[in-house]
This record gives sequence, C-alpha cells and structure tokens, in this order.
Amino acid sequence: MRFIDEYRDGETARRYAEEIKRITTRTWTLMEICGGQTHSIIKSGIESLLPAEIQLLHGPGCPVCVTPLEIIDKAIAIASRSDVIFTSFGDMLRVPGSHKDLLSVKAEGGDVRMVYSPLDALTIAKNNPDKRVVFFAVGFETTAPANAMAVKEARKQSIVNFSILSSHVLVPPAIAAILSSSTNKVQGLLAAGHVCTVMGYEEYFPLAEQYKVPIVVTGFEPVDILQGIYMTVKQLEEGRYEVENQYSRSVRREGNPAARALLKEVFAVIDRKWRGIGEIPSSGFGLSELYTEFDAEQIFGVESIEVQEPAVCIAGDVLRGIRKPQECPAFGNECKPEHPLGAPMVSSEGACAAYYNYKRIRNTIATQ
Amino acid sequence: MCLAIPGKVLTIEKDAQPVMGNVSFAGIQRRVCLEWLPDINVGEYVLVHVGFALSKVDEKEAKETLDILQKMRDGLDDLKEDGDL
Repeated sequence: MRFIDEYRDGETARRYAEEIKRITTRTWTLMEICGGQTHSIIKSGIESLLPAEIQLLHGPGCPVCVTPLEIIDKAIAIASRSDVIFTSFGDMLRVPGSHKDLLSVKAEGGDVRMVYSPLDALTIAKNNPDKRVVFFAVGFETTAPANAMAVKEARKQSIVNFSILSSHVLVPPAIAAILSSSTNKVQGLLAAGHVCTVMGYEEYFPLAEQYKVPIVVTGFEPVDILQGIYMTVKQLEEGRYEVENQYSRSVRREGNPAARALLKEVFAVIDRKWRGIGEIPSSGFGLSELYTEFDAEQIFGVESIEVQEPAVCIAGDVLRGIRKPQECPAFGNECKPEHPLGAPMVSSEGACAAYYNYKRIRNTIATQ
Repeated sequence: MCLAIPGKVLTIEKDAQPVMGNVSFAGIQRRVCLEWLPDINVGEYVLVHVGFALSKVDEKEAKETLDILQKMRDGLDDLKEDGDL
C-alpha cells in the first residue's frame, strides 16, 4: 500500500464511471474547486469517461490564477530593489504583472530565488544578514500554515531581515461567492481535499444547508475524483445535500488542530481581491496585529499600488465556471503557456493551461 | 499549488524545534516538519506539502475507500441473483 498507485488503477476508474452512468437519470452540473483536481481531471481524461449528462465546471482553486495583478506588481517592485533577495514558489515567477514578470526581474539582475518551502526562505535570510529577504506567501489554507510557521520561526530566532508579501486566499468564501451569484449553474461541489486536511470540513455544513448543494470532500487521484463525482451525483439523484468525505484516509472532520491554531495566531481574516473575480469579503489571510513587523507591503511602502485588470482575457469567467477556456477568443492564439495573457494559462493547475496541454494532446492522438 | 504527496516516516527528531523528521517518498528522502502531528510514529505515512506534514494517512480508511467499489459490485451481483435487475 503506497496510497498512490491503487487510486490510479484504470480498471477501477472505468468501473466507477459505469456506476456513475448507471445512477444518472438527468443532467447535473458539478464543480471541482481545486486546480489540482482540474489538472488531474483533464490529464487523465475523466471527462471522457463520464456520461453526457454530467458536466464538470472548473473552479477558482488555483492560488496562482487568483492572485490579483496589483500583488504581482508589488512583488515586482520589491524584487527589483538591490537590497532585496526575493523568494517564491516556482509557479509565481511567470505570472504576468502589468509590464513584466518576476523572471524578467531576475533576468535584469534582480536576486529572485525559487524555494521549495518557506523554511528555505528563512535559511536564506539567516545566511544573508546584509540583505532583506522577502517570501512571496501565496496559497490557500493548505499552504498558509507553512507560511505562518516561517513567520513564527523568524520571530523566535530573531531573524529581523525576513518578511512576507502575503496573498493568502480562503476557499469557503469563494464557494459562497460562486453559489450566491445570479449566474450560478453549480448543483454539486467537490471540495478540495488538501485544504480540508488543515481546516477539516465543518465550515461546509452551513454552505450545503444554505445553498442546498451536496459537497463531497475529494482526493486527487483519478479514482478519488470519480468516487467523489459518484457520491455527489448519488446525493443529487436522491435529493440530498449533505457534506460527505470521500478522502477519509487523509481528512478528519476537525482538520489539523495544531496547524489551525498557528493560523489563528499569525494571521487575521481580511477582505481580499481575487484576480478576475473582484473583492470577496473575509476571503483571505493578512498578518495579525502581533506580527505586522513581518509585512513586506508596509516595510517597502507598496500598499498604494493599484492597477486595473486587463479586459483581454476571460479568466474571471473561467475561474467562476461561467465559461470554459476554449470559449476565449485568445485561447491557443495570442494566449499560450509560453506567452500567457492571464494566470490560468501560466499555472499547471490553471484550467486554460490544462485544456491547452492535455486536450491538444488527445486531439492530436484522435486525428492520427 | 496544494499538491501534497504521501511518504513514509523514517525518523523523528522529537527534540528539534520545530519537530522534524526524515520521510521517504518512494525511495527519495527529505527532511520534513512534523510539528503538527504530535502522535505520529516511525513507519506511518504522512501527507507532505511544501516540506510540512499536514495529516496522517490512515491505512484502514485507505483500504475502505478501495473496498467501497467492490461492495457496490457485490451488492449488484446479489441483486442480479435475486432477479431484481
């Protein structure tokens, strides 16, 4: 048992698809929130296994994709300084700001470094006391505790040259924003399994109740996703709207109490702008009053940077499940992974990149 | 972004601040922060994201998830034998 291969078994996946087909009596529209699941769905061809009555919409669960343009511009302004070492997860480096991306800053001589973990950024700060080290703290509730730990350790170890540019986003407020919209088509939700390893799933009970949608906490492998879809469709067919946990091997109802306690200490819930969606109330984490001295926005005086999102790409509609990537006139023409107009084409978890990379491969195979 | 991978705990440094340990991912070893899983033991599996163990992977639950489909199929076969389908 290695907890991966068993859930990638093609035969098991096919049998689940048969079961879904067997119980489906009408059309249903489901949304997977998480970009990691979007990637898995498109890559493994799950949509082609499903009956025509089941439509999957792809949600806003890709932190790279929803980071607003002005935060990218703030990152670029800070990273361009000669006294700064700017550290980030790799997937933020190619996201286009108003005029350039972080990789261009690096090409122009800026000290921009990719790290695997925020603790690596802390080590860089310790080893470079004459530089100011900034970590680009993006992510959902899955990543936020790791970023919080870096801040707490910086305080504990008196590492005064470390700070974070915080752009954390929270899943439940985004779900509420989608379900309460007048254009909402979503009838059932696959909740993001890894977010729930930290937060648990008690936050979803009021959402399921208020919007009368089944919510199934789901894992990431093809068999997990098909089982999650099966459980959601079964609820819809039976007229139920409950919270269920498909990913019980990793997710407990209460999540991870130690990680949650750390989030509560280091961060405070704030309003956040989402790229392509706009401001969602109480949908992000900023540093709590106890830890404001680690706030890079204040340290470098970039709070006032505000920019307008370009109207070129339809990322906002894609992220809310209103339109599919291929409905964008720029898709595959001016907008490709090597020249992205919007973040969903940059990140491997963005719906546009997933469609571009994997649907094209399948189309190529189909025409051979 | 929320990618997390299951790995097997090889060592636990209980006295480290924060608690750290070596975790094997199909043979590749990495030092991982185990601070948020106070009850974890060597030999158990954890789900790791950006160098932090977020949850224990429960073997019994993992097997049950895989058994559900078998039970569903068995149930169908029972129904077929009873002439209900």
